[in-house]
This record gives sequence, structure tokens and C-alpha cells, in this order.
Amino acid sequence: MSRTEILGNIRRGLKRGEATQDQKQAVTNRINKHARNIVPQRAQLPHEQQIALFVEMATEAAAQIYQLESINDVPKTCANWLQDQQIDTLVTASDEEITSLDWSSATNLTCVQRVAEIGDAASLTTSFAGIAETGTLMLHSGATSPTTLNFLPDNHFVILKRSDIVGPYEDAWQKLRDKTKGDLPRTVNMITGPSRSADIEQTLQMGAHGPKDLVILLIND
Amino acid sequence: MQITSPAFKENARIALHDAGLQKALGNLKEGFPVKRSTAVARMPEFEQLRDEGTALKNHILENLDIYLEQFEANVIKNGGHVHWCRTPEDACKKILDICEEVDAKTVTKGKSMVSEEINLNDYLEKNGVEPIETDLGEYILQLRGDHPSHIIAPAIHLNLEDVSEIFHEKHKRPKSSDPKVLMQEAREMLREKFAGADVGITGANFLVAETGSTIIVTNEGNGDLTQTLPKTHIVVTSIEKVVPTLEDMTLFLRLLARSATGQEFTVYNTLSTGPRRAGDQDGPENFHVVLVDNGRSEMVGSEFQEMLRCIRCSACMNHCPVYGAIGGHSYGWVYPGPMGSVLTPKMIGIEEAGLLPNASTFCGKCESVCPVRIPLPKLMRHWREDEFSKHLSPKAVRWGIGGWAFFAKRPTLYRLLSISSNLFLRVMAGKKGHIKKIPLAGGWTDGRDMPAPRGKTFMSQYKSRKQR
Repeated sequence: MSRTEILGNIRRGLKRGEATQDQKQAVTNRINKHARNIVPQRAQLPHEQQIALFVEMATEAAAQIYQLESINDVPKTCANWLQDQQIDTLVTASDEEITSLDWSSATNLTCVQRVAEIGDAASLTTSFAGIAETGTLMLHSGATSPTTLNFLPDNHFVILKRSDIVGPYEDAWQKLRDKTKGDLPRTVNMITGPSRSADIEQTLQMGAHGPKDLVILLIND
Repeated sequence: MQITSPAFKENARIALHDAGLQKALGNLKEGFPVKRSTAVARMPEFEQLRDEGTALKNHILENLDIYLEQFEANVIKNGGHVHWCRTPEDACKKILDICEEVDAKTVTKGKSMVSEEINLNDYLEKNGVEPIETDLGEYILQLRGDHPSHIIAPAIHLNLEDVSEIFHEKHKRPKSSDPKVLMQEAREMLREKFAGADVGITGANFLVAETGSTIIVTNEGNGDLTQTLPKTHIVVTSIEKVVPTLEDMTLFLRLLARSATGQEFTVYNTLSTGPRRAGDQDGPENFHVVLVDNGRSEMVGSEFQEMLRCIRCSACMNHCPVYGAIGGHSYGWVYPGPMGSVLTPKMIGIEEAGLLPNASTFCGKCESVCPVRIPLPKLMRHWREDEFSKHLSPKAVRWGIGGWAFFAKRPTLYRLLSISSNLFLRVMAGKKGHIKKIPLAGGWTDGRDMPAPRGKTFMSQYKSRKQR
């Protein structure tokens, strides 16, 4: 009922009836092209400079960045950081990159693979891409990467490979389409720094409902 | 919420004398506009982005029915549901139906202006479902029984002291005046609510036709917890928010954050595409999109079509001298400032909201910062014309305009009148050059002295220059 009326009103306003096959095809063609609009110059850089820009922008957005020589340095880095905060449990995603890590050096740390629960102090996930333009991480849901890990714990560690850094958002969308063959995962999270709010007197405070600290582990690969 | 737009003048008068509000509005003037201009300066392509955004929105509106059908088909393909709702009542009823289907007792809510527009919270409460606002600003307002006064900074009319008091009263904790402590309190209070809710309701900034996705843009992360933890996610949104592709959405995301808060990018930009997939360990099992019309479809093809380009960034109100002086509540309904002065008459009627499009000096600042170049002054002028042609404007205005038109059509008389009033005002002002009081026109002099006209009239200057 409502549907017919709403579409009818729109068509009356456009002074036509239901769109012709040609008009519909034109829209479908436009969609299928995935044409880019203007991509800012800032995002169009050689890869080394993209990495530098990513680090600069993510730092500006108050993310912490640790540049690691190898993914094998992840357990030690997490353990040290968490020890300083007196946190002894890390909830992790179950991607192969994480499950294949050797945590034996992190003696004071308990690692569990599960979805996040209220009260969790820290989580570790991977990321799908880093977007240099604004220092933004792109993560997506899947069987091994529950979304709650990105939002519930107080501190969020994210593994990002240098080779996964792209310039503009558009490159990340393309990368995602290539990986998923056009079928998007249930959710895609673009994350730029830790949670914040300025709702009290327009004064910015960090750590509203999401993580208070976002720690990016940038891996040389 | 109760409509108080007909009392705009009285609302504004009270607002101007409200010391707390005036202090809070001071924070606005030094905040958003400065941050926006810094962000714009860092993006050399910003003007081009605005042009492209404007053209893209126009293209979408010309094909709106096709894009909406595409969007719908893709939501369904992903296992979600789309509900088309012509009126606020339809939308509220549909949302309640969904809540009742899953036997919901409480729903958490991310920030959504469309939900304010359809007055969803009142409706749910009356029908036994408890809505819990989770955006910090909205949460503060809900505790106070208050309403947003700004579309992205809902509690901008409040000061620290107000928040401190209401938290102390409702949370039963020691009173604190530290914003950090207050925010931590809200975080702790809402943690259990997020997990306990049966349904999560969010808005959407954009709907992507290509993928059937909805996207929300937030800084706090409350919207993400709202839509990830409960079993059912309802997106309440409106028909003009559809965009063709992820690339097109990206264009608007580049414009939105910079125009709104002056951020390079908002912290969380989250795309939702249907319910939980096979193998997913979390996420909602049901995904519903409630598409609200509420007069928008009638704006297509009308003189107000351009308003449908609006991406709700709030730049127009952040830069508006009228909004900056009186705040959002004075406008008397959900959408304040210049964009509200165009939308509100459409949604609640020009009879109720006629004063809003008149509350503008047409300084043009709103149009100059609008990311999609909506000619807001022109659209407000359309409402003034509409009001005049429906004989809704007050008698004094009608007679005034009638009288002015009489003289304007008779140039000799007009000039004589302007010369003599010029003289008259100068005599009244005396040596000081200021008039303290004009009989029958106290509005001009109650708050300040009126400067007398200086020099000659335009026509006499024009003539003497022509002779040179």
C-alpha cells in the first residue's frame, strides 16, 4: 500500500510512469561500472608514502602505532602493553594469522578465542586494509572475526600488514569486491582512532562506548 | 514531541534571555565552524567534491524510484526485510510489530533524527516497550525528558552543570563536574543495557543500492553496539538517503565528516548488509529496514526538491546567526536552523511552522557552507510566498507588503516618500545621529538605538554620479 503510493508520488513528481527498461538498464549500468568520483590527490601516492601518510593520519586520530619487523613480534608487544595496564586476558579473533602465533613468551597473559563479552579488557583482531587518506582501518565480519571484538573491549589491538595499506577508500572497496566476489560480509567497519564524544559541553573526551585505546600493530611483510 | 513552532517568537525571546543557553551556544560558535574551515582548507578538492555531490544527488533524485527498488531487492537478497511507510504512524506501528514479534521488552537506540521525526520513543513507551537512547547526548536528554536541539550535537543547549546534576540524580552516584568521569558513568550504565536489549534501532546516513547496505557514521561506537548485540536490528531511515554505489557513498562520506564536525573522517563508519551469515559468531539474526516517506515523495518534482539533497551534516545551523542566537528548541520541532525552516513546514504544515522560514535575514551563509549546495534562502522564500498566497501571514505583514508594493509600482511617489522619511528620521535623531524610540515601531529600537540614515538617497547619488 505505502510502497505503491510512495513510488507513485515519486513518479508523478518526475512526470513519468514506471521507468522504462532502458531507464532501468541505464541505472544498472551506472551501478555496475563502480565509477569513481574525484579521488583526492592526497590519497594518490606511491606505496611507501601511503604508509607514511597512514601512520601520520592514524596518529592524528589518536590511534597508537607500533611498527613491527615481523608478525611474530605481536605476542610480545601485546603482552608488554597489557602488562603496563595490568590486564591479564586477551580475547582474540581466530584468523589463521592469529591462531598460528606463538604466545609462549607471553607468560602472564591468557589468550582466548571467542566473541567479546561485557567486561572484556582487551581484544586482538586482524584488519583487511588500512586506508592512508585518513588513517582508517577496514575490518569486516566473518566466521573467524566476530564484530563484537571491535567494539566491546576497552582496548583493541589490530594487526595490519604494510602490504594491505592502500591510498583512497575506493581502493579498499575494490580490494573487498575482489576478495568477496561482490557479496559483502554482514558488516564492514571503517575505524579511525578510538571512540570519543564531545556531547558534554562540546569538549572532546576519549573512550565513549567503544574502545578507549586503539593499538595498530603495523607489520613489515 | 510537542510542536511549539507557532510560538517561535516567544520561544526566541525566552532563549535570548536564558543565560545558560547563551553560554552553551557560545561553545558552538567557537567549535564547529572553526573546525570545518580547518578541515576544508586541508582538502584542496573540497569545492569539486561539493559540485560532484550536488550533481550526484540530482541524478539520484531523477531516478529515485529505480534506486529504491534496487536497494530493496538487494536487502531482500541478503536476507533482510524492507518496510515502506508513508506516514510516521505507519512507521511506528511497523516498528512496534517487529518488536512484538520477538517479544521485545527493551530496545537500545543509536542516534536517529528520523526516529525523532516519527516520535518513536513515545509510541514504544505507550505500548509497553522501553526505548533506551545510547548516544551520550541523547542519553542525557532522555534522562532529562528533553529533546535534541541540534541534529548532530543533540545536547548542545546544555552545560556541564546540567549533565552533572541529572547524572547525580538518576545514577545515584557522587556528583562530579569532570566530563571524563561523567562519560565513564554513562558508559558503565549503558553496558548492561546494550547486552540486555531484544532489539537495536539505528538510523542510516546512506543506503547503498548496489549492495543493499545501510551505513551509520558515529564517533562513540554506541550505534555499533546497538546493532551488533541484540537479535534484531531495525534501521529506521528515509527514502532520500539512497545512493548508487560504495564509491558514491564514499564521496558523501568525504563531504559529511568535514562539513559536520570538521573531522577528517568520523571514527566509525559501519556498513550493515543483511543479518548474520552462516558461520558468523555474532551479529543480529534479523535485519529490517523501515523506509519512511513523511512527505518526501511529494517534494520530488516540486519547488522543494532540492531539499532532498540534504545529508544532515548540520553545517547550515552551525553557521546560522539566528540559530546561534536562539538555539534549536526555539524552532519548536525536530529539525532546527535553516534546513529545519525548509523541512518543518513540509512535515507539520505551513500553518504551524510559518514563522520559521521568516526567521532568516537571508544572509546566505547556510547556502555557502552546504556540502550539496542547497539554495536554502531560495527555498525559505518559496515558503514565504506560499504563506502569503494562502493568506496565512499576519495582517501587519500583508498590509506592509501591500503598502510597499503600492509605492514600489509608483517610482515618483516612492522617491518622494524615501526623501521625506530620510529627512524625518534625521530630524528625529538630532545631533547624535541615533534614534532612541520610534512611535509604533518599537521593535526597531527596544533593544538598541537605531542609526539615522546618512548621506543622500540611492537615487540622488545615482543621478549625481551619472552626471559626472
